Amino acid sequence: MQGSISDKTQINIETATHDSHHEHPDFRIFGLIVFLVAEGMIFLGLFIAYMAFRAMAPEWPPAGTPKLDLLLPGVNTVVLIASSLVIHQADAAIKKNDVKGLQLWFGITALMGIVFLGGQLYEYSHLEFGLRTNLFASTFYVLTGFHGLHVTVGVLLILSVLWRSLKSEHYGTNNHFGVEAAEIYWHFVDVIWIILFILLYLI
Amino acid sequence: MTAELSIPTQGPAEDDIVHNPRRWQDYFTFSTDHKVIGIQYFVTGFIFYIIGGLLAEGIRTELATPDPDLVDPATYNSMFTMHGTIMIFLWIVPAGTGAFANYLLPLMIGARDMAFPKLNAVAFWIIPPTGLLLMASFFLGPAQAGWTSYPPLSLLTGKVGEGIWIMSLLLLGTSSILGGINFFTTILKMRIPSMSMMQMPLFCWAMLATSLLMLIATPVLTGALILLSFDLIAGTAFFNPAGGGEPVVYQHMFWFYSHPAVYIMVLPFFGVISEVIPVHCRKPIFGYGAIAYSSMVISFLGLIVWAHHMFTSGTPPWLRMFFMITTMVIAVPTGIKIFGWLATMWGGKINLNTPMLFAMGFISTFVIGGITGVMLAAVPFDIHVHDTYFVVAHLHYVLFGGSVFGIYTGIYHWFPKVTGRHINDTWGKIHFALTYIGFNVTFLPMHILGLQGMPRRVAMYAPEFQGLNQVCTYGSYVLAISTVPFLVNAIWCAYKGDKAGSNPWNALTLEWQTTSPPQIENFEVLPVLTTGPYDYGDTAEVEEPAKVFTTSG
Repeated sequence: MQGSISDKTQINIETATHDSHHEHPDFRIFGLIVFLVAEGMIFLGLFIAYMAFRAMAPEWPPAGTPKLDLLLPGVNTVVLIASSLVIHQADAAIKKNDVKGLQLWFGITALMGIVFLGGQLYEYSHLEFGLRTNLFASTFYVLTGFHGLHVTVGVLLILSVLWRSLKSEHYGTNNHFGVEAAEIYWHFVDVIWIILFILLYLI
Repeated sequence: MTAELSIPTQGPAEDDIVHNPRRWQDYFTFSTDHKVIGIQYFVTGFIFYIIGGLLAEGIRTELATPDPDLVDPATYNSMFTMHGTIMIFLWIVPAGTGAFANYLLPLMIGARDMAFPKLNAVAFWIIPPTGLLLMASFFLGPAQAGWTSYPPLSLLTGKVGEGIWIMSLLLLGTSSILGGINFFTTILKMRIPSMSMMQMPLFCWAMLATSLLMLIATPVLTGALILLSFDLIAGTAFFNPAGGGEPVVYQHMFWFYSHPAVYIMVLPFFGVISEVIPVHCRKPIFGYGAIAYSSMVISFLGLIVWAHHMFTSGTPPWLRMFFMITTMVIAVPTGIKIFGWLATMWGGKINLNTPMLFAMGFISTFVIGGITGVMLAAVPFDIHVHDTYFVVAHLHYVLFGGSVFGIYTGIYHWFPKVTGRHINDTWGKIHFALTYIGFNVTFLPMHILGLQGMPRRVAMYAPEFQGLNQVCTYGSYVLAISTVPFLVNAIWCAYKGDKAGSNPWNALTLEWQTTSPPQIENFEVLPVLTTGPYDYGDTAEVEEPAKVFTTSG
């Protein structure tokens, strides 16, 4: 862009050295965290709704609701928490420019996520109540389902990072936003599950 | 803020700069330019404003007589449902946050664009298809349960319309959240290095407070709508007492968003008024810090007042007291702003042009809406007038008298910046006079109707209310006609108006220090602050300082 500025205008010499198509610093991680705060508010709203339903019900879960089995969801919880540790190894690897390490750890995380989702589907198919059985059943399915949707998105994110990492030098020590974003999102999904597990299964 | 001042009168000389003006086709593209997106938001919003306004005229015409003679009651229900939904979600929210914030924020803080331009375009392009989706429900039996869509009523009246309504709001909420991420990040991270938080124009403070509400409150509505859609489509009973559900939980979740939404709809215009008044009164804003922080306080308090909409929903007495007190307390930061504006005008060289008239109109009507708001906060009074026309009067005084007057204030003020041309001031004043008179004739009598017990959301009413209702109806026609001089004036002057130059108001904020319309990427070189945003009257170049300072102490 050519043209001159009237010399009476205040010009900062330092900023003037930037050309007009300069890139501003990368705020994508900041933006992602802000987004996850908003996303967390959806869950918070649903959690509080669940607690309100529970507080207002004369009996919770309503009479006749079959007991939830703890073994499978317990294992699932361990898998998901462990996967958060695994995905962190990928982050450490890419910071050392180790793309193979990134692929290994992301691959394992994706597998663990798929195991979690499989476990959840298995649990759904063996539960003795359906979506419409009673208020507890409805909240159970909607809350775990909405979380499961987030796990699915997380797995897809991880797989797309894996796909991109096949291109040489797509990720490196100084260029790993995708890796970091997928990791932060995965931790978020993990934290939500822990709260959900405590709410639905333990108390 | 330093007193040294040399920016105001000279922006870059107009002819020196080679910049490609936008062509009309650009406004139909997935443009990532915040200025294009701002205009896209405004024009889209204004089209929906006209649609929502026509619905309002239909409602008023129906209410000219006590009988349901224009439309049947079911159609009437759909009309006020769609009127409320369109005006709130497709006009005021997109115009305030989408149009003004997108256009102005980067310019005001010396940035070349928003932090996430593509996200910005995505947030806008969610709106037109969603608007069309909502309009499509006119042909499929629109929702009838009011813009609040309380279950179980909303589960009983027409599945298709209600489903479309829920879907539309989920999408518009998503757009709003994406916008909020952008505004929040842009304000915090994109300011030029020489601008500290306390040197930001007050519009940026207002938008910071607004974006926090968009990010914290909107997702809870999303949660409520997800549960409502399951009730509607999958047959669950979260909010359906027939299946053991609890409708009050929906009300809590809905108002946890929708009360803050009131501030999402008015805080941006508090910002607009704070920009406009110092410029046209040639005086520094009175109490910069107080106005800036009061936005943040409103934002915080706005999150803990929601249940005042539910005093009649079986809310326990101690909870009523809590929400009554927090609601009344919110008048304090709002009052601080109003005193700040009045003190800015006091002794200033007030230029009674159209933006200033609309700003004064804003203050006068918003004060009335604010006072009735405090009245409604009082539990005994609220229970008495709940669901009457008093509430309708109150909400229109804040949403029309507040938000829409704020939109017009901003449009007349920034028109020369956006188009590079002056808008005709005489026709602007005619527009103002018609709007102000039409508005007050329409909505002032509703206070009395409400106190006399006329219920809202009903197509029929007792015959003794007819006189005042006819006054309201005639007022609404004046209000409808008032839009015509604005539209003609704005469209004509955008192409044929006198050239305005970079800084026709001799304003100090950064958006005036570049070309009109601002060039692509806003600034040839990034500006540096040499003056605070409101240091008017500090230099003989612009004013005679003596006149200003005799009254400022």
